[in-house]
Amino acid sequence: MSDYNFAYLDEQTKRMIRRAILKGLAIPGYQVPFASREMPMPYGWGTGGVQVSAATLTPDDTFKVIDQGADDTTNAVSIRKFFEKTAGVATTEEASAASVIQTRHRIPEDELREDQILVYQVPIPEPLRFLEPSEVETRKMHSLEEYGLMHVKLYEDIAKHGAIATSYAYPVKVEGRYVMDPSPIPKFDNPKMEMAGIQLFGAGREQRIYALPPYCQVVSLDFEDFPFEASKADHACDMCGATDSYLDEVIMDDAGNRMFVCSDTDYCASRRKAGHVGAQGTPFEETAA
Amino acid sequence: MIEIRNLSKTFTLHNQGGAVIPVMHGAELVVAPGECVALTGASGAGKSTLMRMIYGNYLAAGGSIVVDGVDVVQSEPREILALRRDVLGYVSQFLRVVPRVPTVDVVAEPLLAVGAESEAARAKARELLARLNIPERLWSLSPTSFSGGEQQRVNIARGFAHDYPAMLLDEPTASLDATNRETVLNLIEEAKARGAAIVGIFHDEAARARVCDHEIDVSIYTPGLTAGAA
Amino acid sequence: MTPLLKVENISKFYGNRIGCENVNFDLYSGEVMGIVGESGSGKSTLLNCLAGFLTPETGEVRFEMRDGEMRDTVTMSEPERRMLSRTDWAFVHQHARDGLRMNVSAGGNVGERLMAVGARHYGNIRAEAVDWLGRVEISEERVDDRPTQFSGGMQQRLQIARNLVTGPRLVFMDEPTGGLDVSVQARLLDLLRGLVREMGLSAIIVTHDLAVVRLLADRLMVMKDGHVVETGLTDQVLDDPQHAYTQLLVSSVLQV
Ligand SMILES: Nc1ncnc2c1ncn2[C@@H]1O[C@H](COP(=O)(O)OP(=O)(O)OP(=O)(O)O)[C@@H](O)[C@H]1O
Ligand SMILES: [Mg+2]
Ligand SMILES: [Zn+2]
Repeated sequence: MSDYNFAYLDEQTKRMIRRAILKGLAIPGYQVPFASREMPMPYGWGTGGVQVSAATLTPDDTFKVIDQGADDTTNAVSIRKFFEKTAGVATTEEASAASVIQTRHRIPEDELREDQILVYQVPIPEPLRFLEPSEVETRKMHSLEEYGLMHVKLYEDIAKHGAIATSYAYPVKVEGRYVMDPSPIPKFDNPKMEMAGIQLFGAGREQRIYALPPYCQVVSLDFEDFPFEASKADHACDMCGATDSYLDEVIMDDAGNRMFVCSDTDYCASRRKAGHVGAQGTPFEETAA
Repeated sequence: MIEIRNLSKTFTLHNQGGAVIPVMHGAELVVAPGECVALTGASGAGKSTLMRMIYGNYLAAGGSIVVDGVDVVQSEPREILALRRDVLGYVSQFLRVVPRVPTVDVVAEPLLAVGAESEAARAKARELLARLNIPERLWSLSPTSFSGGEQQRVNIARGFAHDYPAMLLDEPTASLDATNRETVLNLIEEAKARGAAIVGIFHDEAARARVCDHEIDVSIYTPGLTAGAA
Repeated sequence: MTPLLKVENISKFYGNRIGCENVNFDLYSGEVMGIVGESGSGKSTLLNCLAGFLTPETGEVRFEMRDGEMRDTVTMSEPERRMLSRTDWAFVHQHARDGLRMNVSAGGNVGERLMAVGARHYGNIRAEAVDWLGRVEISEERVDDRPTQFSGGMQQRLQIARNLVTGPRLVFMDEPTGGLDVSVQARLLDLLRGLVREMGLSAIIVTHDLAVVRLLADRLMVMKDGHVVETGLTDQVLDDPQHAYTQLLVSSVLQV
């Protein structure tokens, strides 16, 4: 551990990032530019989130990493190891035990508390990018609150698919002011963004940080006649029986047998530990690793 | 209704060595409501030029042309346009056709411009087209493809659609057959009867004698020409 | 009666080259003014200064706001000016691709301005888009097609619908019929005439086609080398031009 400065980045850089975070918290949903550093991992592997985590972690923190809800993917494991090695912080897979959670594409099912921080990895922070390629123009649109274009995107969705087909990275308006990309979380997670915890968003390649302070108003954009719906597969988890969690569909065999399981592995495991069993589930002890 | 004082007109041909051509000098004309005044004079004497100046289509060099209290010589474009819309009608020799617009709408347009209800305007247009013997099957077509005589009659129908208090008629009966000529003369008489002040150019002497109260030979205002000279 | 637009002493230079210089005019509600002149005479420069795309070096462009107050749009804040561009003003570009979103459906293109001013009912937005497509003679079946699938004339009509849907009071047009063949032009002009009268629009149309101004414009302004050389009633300027340049312009066009 002594080979690295605490959490890899030098103090100067962490201060710079913290200033960006504080500015982001002060102006919820506003994209703050920052000087992204080279990290010992390629862009697209969460370098934005990692830098934000590095600037946020203290030696007393307990750190959790999830990748699409799972703690055990290569990406999650390597980021967790990275901070175990460079910061020596405690790590956990239990959402409720973590003080800082870095995530890619999900929000944990368990409600976050005021003493918890959720750090998102963000690939494309600009929600207007798909329709307006010019950065100069999108910045102007944000500063002048010209968000008609965002609804044009939803309009196109309905015109083409009969419903708003955008199912992840579903745009939101923060505190009635900035339109924000929530990172590619499923729209099922959007309502959870009005939470007690602090949410920080880091985009490494695009060099942007933005944030949501606790209890911030986060409204998913929609039309009066096509209201936003936080939809999920109409099914219960086959492992733990949960009906309120976001589900992944897993193809089980060549015959095409399928199974729906909680995308949040920690949530599913803790339910099963508590004795819940889904339609295709088995009692907890036998499958626990 | 129409009062012209000391009107003059010159053309400056900048692209022909800046030649200045005086065409009218000291013209005077007064037309009361219900009166029709004929402009006469040899070809080139300035009849059409005078008429175009009254309409604001040619710019006067000096003097005044007061129509219903508005001096056309001094007015802004929008004031002239308002005058043309509400007060001053003009039947020119040629119909300037707007592509694609059906004949009935071409005729109804002056009424629509003064705020007439669309169906009433079209009804009036149809009535005039019928009076001027334009076959009904042509009403829904653009007059672009009509014969010269048909276009002329459409032009007259359009000119008489709105009851203008003042009217300018440039050879309205030229090239019309006896029946249509009679209709046009009736239209002129009806306009006079309702109080329109009319200035007309008629090469057709019988027509002139029938509808005009005065004649004025514009040659007397043509510099270098005397009345009656060719 | 106060003018809708009061243009005072507008000058724009490109380095030491004159774009346009000392332009003055008033435009009243319901008036359509044409600006003609040869290539490079400053027509587009002037139009862009008026519409807020270029900042003139001198002068004021005062516009009558909805509350009746005359405001200088050159010095007003950018948000206010952009708001005007989305509501009370419209700009029809010569090239449809400058005025349309080519990757968005026809309906989305027309609906954008509605959504920009707060429309949030999909059904109503779509109904209004379809209605406007109809008014510019584009059939309802094309509402979900992208402008890339449209002919030049259709793209231009779509651009007009997209601009007029919010009921602007002033429309700027830069060569709206340029590059279209004659019969397509005629249709477009006829359409524009109808809309101008129906909606009581005021418009400023830049063109070098005298037939276009003859049909559309009440008034005409002739420009040469960045200066206004002649103004007046359209038919008067065309039939009895006073300035040497206008005479040349008119005589070089055989039939207008
Ligand atoms: N961006 C520019 N940079 C330098 N000079 C320019 C620029 N735009 C226009 N000019 C110059 O300003 C003058 C007026 O040009 P402008 O484009 O306004 O003419 P226009 O009347 O619109 O011409 P056209 O009929 O070709 O569209 C010309 O001398 C032109 O070369
Ligand atoms: Mg131009
Ligand atoms: Zn589960």
